[in-house]
Amino acid sequence: MGSKYRQTVQGYSFLLPALAVILVFTLIPIVYAFLLMFFKVDLLSGEKTFVGLQNFEKIFSDPKFWAAFENTARYVLVVVPVQTLIALLLAVLLNSKIRFDRIFLSVMFLPTLTSSSAMTLIFMWLFNNNGLVVNLIRDLFGVKIQFVTNPDLALTVIMTMNIFSTVPHFMIVFLSGLQDIPAALYEAAAIDGAGKVKQFLHVTVPQLMPITFYVITMGVVGCFQIFDQAFIMSNGSGGPQNSTLTFTLYIYSWPSTAMTWEGRRRWPLSSGSSF
Amino acid sequence: MKKNRKTLKAIVYILLTGYSLLTLFPFVWSLSTSFKTTREITAGGTFLPEDWSIQGYQTIFSSQFPTWVMNSLVVGLAVTFLNLVFNTMAGYALARIPFKGRQLIFSFLLLLIMIPSQVTMIPLYIIVSDLGLVNTRSSLILTTMINITYIFMMRQFFTNFPREIEEAATVDGLSRFGTFFRIVLPNMKAALATQTVFIFMGIWNEFMKPLLFISSPEKYMLTQGLNALSKQYMNATKWDVIMAGAIISVIPILILYILLNKYFIRANDQTAGIK
Repeated sequence: MGSKYRQTVQGYSFLLPALAVILVFTLIPIVYAFLLMFFKVDLLSGEKTFVGLQNFEKIFSDPKFWAAFENTARYVLVVVPVQTLIALLLAVLLNSKIRFDRIFLSVMFLPTLTSSSAMTLIFMWLFNNNGLVVNLIRDLFGVKIQFVTNPDLALTVIMTMNIFSTVPHFMIVFLSGLQDIPAALYEAAAIDGAGKVKQFLHVTVPQLMPITFYVITMGVVGCFQIFDQAFIMSNGSGGPQNSTLTFTLYIYSWPSTAMTWEGRRRWPLSSGSSF
Repeated sequence: MKKNRKTLKAIVYILLTGYSLLTLFPFVWSLSTSFKTTREITAGGTFLPEDWSIQGYQTIFSSQFPTWVMNSLVVGLAVTFLNLVFNTMAGYALARIPFKGRQLIFSFLLLLIMIPSQVTMIPLYIIVSDLGLVNTRSSLILTTMINITYIFMMRQFFTNFPREIEEAATVDGLSRFGTFFRIVLPNMKAALATQTVFIFMGIWNEFMKPLLFISSPEKYMLTQGLNALSKQYMNATKWDVIMAGAIISVIPILILYILLNKYFIRANDQTAGIK
């Protein structure tokens, strides 16, 4: 009995710093977020008045919310499939018993190391109205496409940037998944007369299913969290014409009511990522 | 058949080299830009600078940029150190000390890890401001000094660490704290290196929290500073200055990457393994 008590004291004293920080800076904010959902809050005075479901009505009637919704949906639909496919392709290539795979891996990993702010500046320089990509397209095709200031294309730049910097991480996740597939499965398939393509479709793809599921969910969650790039590119406004307004940017720009609703909306989604 | 395989191999190398070059290109282009004169940049110009100039670097080093680098370094080191200690302690307790409520706490942490940070963005700000921490470096340190992902990684490490070694130390008369600090700690260099690399990189590249908490330029973190820098110089098309800033911001992480390359890649494997 005494030793059991001691174990408990020891356990909690090892966990104390972690639990304290989590309580104050994660748990209380979450509870707070839930409560604030039904209140109108004046951030300056801290005054709260109960308004019931009014906040939700406000959000739904706000065109900016729908702009953010549409942008995020487009974002997920483009970014997730593209980054998953590129990452899978690269992982398969890297796994095909080649030399220098370490060097390729190290080089390709670079974008993951770069902060989103530095990356955004680099991409803004590339896609700037006087930037390399714009000039290149002008020289090759004779049209001047202005990416950053064109509402139809500004989000594309952010998508490209996002794909560029998330591919390396997922590539390595896929790579380690590929290396866990038993060689015997391929041998058996080869004996049954399956070529490389068939082996890929009937052995690699099903064996990678759990990894692919992980990559896709993490990808979707990542897309909902996009903030830094959109903030820096649009100066925090989500412009031009709300075309780069993401959910998180929307929350940031309208603190009093928006975030609570968002928070709830995203919960089922993010809990999906646990599996 | 044999010829076929050779062509296939060639295609693999071409694709990998192609993607590697695509990855490197934005960085090389930014590096080259950072050594150009503003006049050359406005004119369009060649790939490599015509007149090499360090004007860009001189400009940022005479601005507040060095202060921002220092801020990021100080906060980064403090956060990394605290994370190492606290995450490891928590992971140890969860793996090794059979105390009451352990399973409950574990499941609870698993639930919290899924909640995206922007849900709690605004309430977190309110709490930080209630504690009187707005515009202090402590706000950044306190809110990031624990990371549940790495608590889980350390828990995993201790689950796999041979218990006999610890038992022997206990028999020799060491207390639990003694065993932890004198026997276990020296054995976990690799796990700690992985944590160091990713925690430091995380805080060095963090953008949203500094943006929320820090308002006076002399306390800016580097990522925020880069954003400010870009606002200041973009209209004057002084991309050499902006790119110099971006390049310098990447260097510390690049040094870490070169020194600890294997931990970067391995940790990516491990995070995939946990899920």
